[in-house]
Amino acid sequence: MTTSDEILQEGSPGVTRGSPKAQASLRPRLSPSFVSWLQAGPMMLVFLAFFLIPLVFVVIVSFWDYNEYQLLPAFSGRGYTDTFEGCIDKLPELCTIGRTYVMTLKLCFMVWAITLFIGFWVAYFLAFHVKSKTWQMGLSLLCTIPFWTSNVIRMIAWIPLLGRNGLVNSGLVKAGLINHPVEWLLFSEFSVVLALVHLFTFFMVVPIFNSMVRIDKSLIEAAYDAGASDFQTLVNVIIPLSKPGIVIGSIFVITIVMGDFITIGVMGGQQIAAAGKIIETRVNALQFPAAAANAVILLVITFLIITMMSRIVDIKKEL
Amino acid sequence: MKEGRPRSFYVLAIFFAAYVLFLYGPMIAIYILSFQGPSGGLTFPMNGVSTFWIAKLFQGTGIVDLGAAFRRSLLLGIIVMIVTVVLSVAAGMAFRRRFKAQSILFYSAIASLIVPSIITSLGISLEFRIIDDLIKAHWHENFETSMGLLTSGLGAHLTWTLPFGLLIMFAIFNRFDPRLEEAARDLGATPWQTFRHVVLPIILPSVIGIGLFGFTLSWDELARSSQAIGAVNTLPLDLQGLTTTVTNPDIYALGTVISAVSFTVITLALGTIHVLNKRQAAKGSDAGKGLV
Repeated sequence: MTTSDEILQEGSPGVTRGSPKAQASLRPRLSPSFVSWLQAGPMMLVFLAFFLIPLVFVVIVSFWDYNEYQLLPAFSGRGYTDTFEGCIDKLPELCTIGRTYVMTLKLCFMVWAITLFIGFWVAYFLAFHVKSKTWQMGLSLLCTIPFWTSNVIRMIAWIPLLGRNGLVNSGLVKAGLINHPVEWLLFSEFSVVLALVHLFTFFMVVPIFNSMVRIDKSLIEAAYDAGASDFQTLVNVIIPLSKPGIVIGSIFVITIVMGDFITIGVMGGQQIAAAGKIIETRVNALQFPAAAANAVILLVITFLIITMMSRIVDIKKEL
Repeated sequence: MKEGRPRSFYVLAIFFAAYVLFLYGPMIAIYILSFQGPSGGLTFPMNGVSTFWIAKLFQGTGIVDLGAAFRRSLLLGIIVMIVTVVLSVAAGMAFRRRFKAQSILFYSAIASLIVPSIITSLGISLEFRIIDDLIKAHWHENFETSMGLLTSGLGAHLTWTLPFGLLIMFAIFNRFDPRLEEAARDLGATPWQTFRHVVLPIILPSVIGIGLFGFTLSWDELARSSQAIGAVNTLPLDLQGLTTTVTNPDIYALGTVISAVSFTVITLALGTIHVLNKRQAAKGSDAGKGLV
């Protein structure tokens, strides 16, 4: 876009705009790049102090030594060797860390597939079927409000429903479908996946909805005019055009589940081992280098997944 | 446009309604259960209706010192909210021009959002432990810890709220008309006056949205606080601690109280945004209406 400044300069070169006071303040007392630094600097400092430097410390400490109660700042690979203990001599059986990551990836995949399915159709409904802007706003808000409430509460909210004497069990018993209350509803893989889907479908809905509302409606009309069926339009027009949203949503959901230890802890009854949970266990045992080594491994795997996914779409362009 | 809605509309409408029920149903169940009678248990049916469990929380005879945790969470939430709003608006303004390190800041924010919380939390706790060790070794032998609610805890929360704030600012300035600022400058406004009287009133509803995100994300934050908060607990941490030993409905009562604060803040923020939008629409542009 040509700004009016440029047009003004073209028309009458050398003219400056504004009152003398404003012109005085325009004079480069502060250079624009200095102002930018002042504006962006504080946030950069926060990220530096509480995100980037801590990450560096995680990597450094992962190569330190430790004993029962303290950190020893001397180079050692013990954090890693302890983590991968038994991985080679136990082959072909999986070692603990291997089994943990298989479990984590399995949970990740299930949650991803379900949130994608629900997220896609919820976003589709909001973007294409809700015509009035007010309704669209209202219904989106309805989906967003739980995101502003506590995750732990949304987890424990399942207890009265899924517990041994919970609503689901007593309903099923009354209906005569089962004789005894089933145990696998709560504190199981099932309840973990259910709670994760419950908590994080929001992260799928928002970016997909965002991509969908940007689709030019005339493209869809054109597809119908050219004789495409509903299904063909969906597969050949809508899905490719909402791909950026799908990828961003997937990155969110996958990284959250990869690092989750709270939902898996609370809903799994502290029995399911997952990547984030090992880090917590190691920290509680004050084995910081081992915790850091696990964090580095998790970081590398998460980074690889994101790199693979962001090959499909340029994140920066989509925001 | 008189044609009826397609069948897919009804199918998806039912799907959407089921999703909303799935979102809200369980939460509503525990809000109801927190009003159990004194002899009530963890599940339905209700054993009478009372505010026994909620009152018990405030008497401080419950399992946790609710009052202290409540005040800590509130204090932290308010500080996080203020810092998030100020830093996000400032950084959002900076991103409207090109500047060096622009992409470093952008990718830091995105990374901070998607690096698993437990890693950030562990990193902050290691950082503060090492700082503590240095202080003990070189200055004070009896130094306790620099970790705390308003040092490591505040930092941990900001790594979570600032990316949201920045992304909301991007969305705001994507649809902001820069000609409004040029007009202000043409009328003789200084940069500060332009910001104060033109830019800020226009973006104010969204800025309140950033505040809403800042407060609620901090108020409910758990994963990042877990390792980085120091010796004290916030309300969600207390609540999580209760989940392993839960035997009676005070956990639901605590959940209901925490949610009540969230909902109050959400309602206040959304109400303010609504009023501001209304006012903007009413006092909207008089362009094209001629000279009055």
